[in-house]
Amino acid sequence: MTATATPPQTRSAEPPAEPPRQRRRLTAYWLLLPGALWLVVFFVIPFYSLVATSLYDPDGSVLHGYDMTWAFSNFWHALHDYWGPLLRSLWYGAVATAICLVLGYVLAYAIAFKAGRWKNLMLVLVIAPFFTSFLVRTLSWKLLLRDDGFIVNSLQFLHLIGPEGRLLATPVAVIAGLVYNFLPFMVLPLFASVDKIDHRLIEASGDLYASPVVGFFKVTWPLSLPGVVSGTLLTFIPAVGDYINAQLLGSPKQRMIGNVIQDLFTNANNYPAAGALSVILMALILVMVLLYVRRAGTEELL
Amino acid sequence: MAASPGGGPRLGRRALIRGGGLAALGIGSVAVLPAFGTPSAVQDPRTCRAPDVSASQKRLVVSNWPAYIDPATKKTTSTLQDFEKATGITVSYTDDVSDNAEFFAKVRNQLGSCQAVNRDMMVLTDWMAAKMIGLGWVQPLDSAKVQNLHDNLIPALQGRAWDKNRTYSAPWQSGLTGIAYNAKLTKPVGSFSELLTRSDLKGKITLLSEMRDTMGFMVLLAGGQPEKFTSQQWENGIEMLRKSVKSGHVRAFTGNEYIQDLTAGNIVACEAWSGDVIQAQFDNPDIKFVSPEEGLMLWADNMLVPNKATHRTNAEKWIDYYYEPAVAAKLAAYVNYICPVQGAQQEMEKIDKTLVDNPLIFPSEDALKGSHGFMALDDKQEQTYEGEWSDVTGG
Repeated sequence: MTATATPPQTRSAEPPAEPPRQRRRLTAYWLLLPGALWLVVFFVIPFYSLVATSLYDPDGSVLHGYDMTWAFSNFWHALHDYWGPLLRSLWYGAVATAICLVLGYVLAYAIAFKAGRWKNLMLVLVIAPFFTSFLVRTLSWKLLLRDDGFIVNSLQFLHLIGPEGRLLATPVAVIAGLVYNFLPFMVLPLFASVDKIDHRLIEASGDLYASPVVGFFKVTWPLSLPGVVSGTLLTFIPAVGDYINAQLLGSPKQRMIGNVIQDLFTNANNYPAAGALSVILMALILVMVLLYVRRAGTEELL
Repeated sequence: MAASPGGGPRLGRRALIRGGGLAALGIGSVAVLPAFGTPSAVQDPRTCRAPDVSASQKRLVVSNWPAYIDPATKKTTSTLQDFEKATGITVSYTDDVSDNAEFFAKVRNQLGSCQAVNRDMMVLTDWMAAKMIGLGWVQPLDSAKVQNLHDNLIPALQGRAWDKNRTYSAPWQSGLTGIAYNAKLTKPVGSFSELLTRSDLKGKITLLSEMRDTMGFMVLLAGGQPEKFTSQQWENGIEMLRKSVKSGHVRAFTGNEYIQDLTAGNIVACEAWSGDVIQAQFDNPDIKFVSPEEGLMLWADNMLVPNKATHRTNAEKWIDYYYEPAVAAKLAAYVNYICPVQGAQQEMEKIDKTLVDNPLIFPSEDALKGSHGFMALDDKQEQTYEGEWSDVTGG
């Protein structure tokens, strides 16, 4: 494909070197092949299938089948009917990400700079929850937050919530679940960035009469930005699409867009609406991520 | 071409390739998208069938709901082991049905395109059984080989509109949907309207996420009959439900997990299935089951033989076996749902005397007279109603 594009001098200069170079070039493509095939089968085809589903004729049904009729009105109807859960998901995702960032930053900072010989152990502890199933961990939050459990009783005793107040089936429980479940996704990239920071730079800021606070915001924070960017992305994207936390810890008033899509696909068998919502969610997240990454700068992301 | 020395706007090679690539991708996408349609899923059970190898292969593959069959104990064998011994058929029994809609999604692609699902029997609730029979995914049973079914099925479950003569389906267990409450935490709840309006229950009740169970009651509240209601009555019913959800009166829509919430005290009353309540009562006698004043919903989970099943005759033997009263009684003593087999009540005397007069296992004919089934929905109704249902339950 680029054979004619290569500058002429390379070809005329060393004709004997041609065969091995050719082979080496082909080797690269062969190495690409498994990954590319994987992507085609498990990403490209499902992606087209999803886009096609979002454009299905809304008058079809499982019984009679669905035809792809370019029904762009599906998007409008889906937005019109489900803008509530959509906004709620973005909101919950944003709040959970913000809390994760604060908690995760403190934790990553402590592990990187203050943990000393306990560093590896603490990292293992961050990952340890992954050894049990996501579902089981979320279900045990139900136990922690139950209406006559220790936490609710303590909060009632302190008059932080009313005597009839509860945590389960409220946004608090759902966001707490999201924060808990996605915290490791925030901590690990943050740790990787913070750990790389040269400690002498922070000392230097002190030598230049910067207070610790100023030093943090002038040195540590900017240097850890790549971790902040990838951490927030890794947390925000799955948190917005999550439906387990809303299902187990929330009530109908806390249903998120993931729950709606699941209901539409499995219970209502309304494929067009479910497909349209999925595409909308995907596009929305893609646009937000692009804007965010462009603002935050991608050059040092990795 | 890229080297054209013109003084006008230059179109770089790279931009050209990129533009061309994008255009090709766009055109390719447009061309390829229509290929992703979903074909009709209707099949004809007379043509979409596999040869029956029951005689040579003594096997049977069953998919059922969890905790829906008696396990073997140290002292006694289970009904399943007895069946294997009596017939020489090896049964691979899996409890992989936990939700009708999910199971439908699981087998949809295979059964919709006439492929085997590697099961000889699956157990699904009335409305899903009706839907699958309507789609032509279910093999008819040879009535001569399931004589016990036709002799012993209790009257309340006979003559269902979607399978008048039980040609395709045989109830495995049946149950009632009513109200359960925790007597330690609240006063008795007598009716569905009380459950939805009593102020001290606010935020402390759950309803079932099975649309037909909950909406059956809502239609009754709206003055209709679940067996045959108008779309206006549906609208009125769902409007009432929407108000209860909006005001925060209903805490959640759940599957089986309501029973843990009820015993833990997170909720004090809920819409409930009879069998769950009996099982919970063994541990916590404060849990009570009520037949609501409005009526009860009666449902059954049905054994179905899917298209392309290769052991149909073995499946019919299984059905016939479980419709022997003694076997049915042994099963009912463990499962605690309503036993669909006549004569099992007498057999229960020999197994567990305390269960013989339990109205939630062997309800009287009178008790079942006031019970309701949910009308069969056509394609469009189902999509509209399920859509409105998920709008209400989905906030």
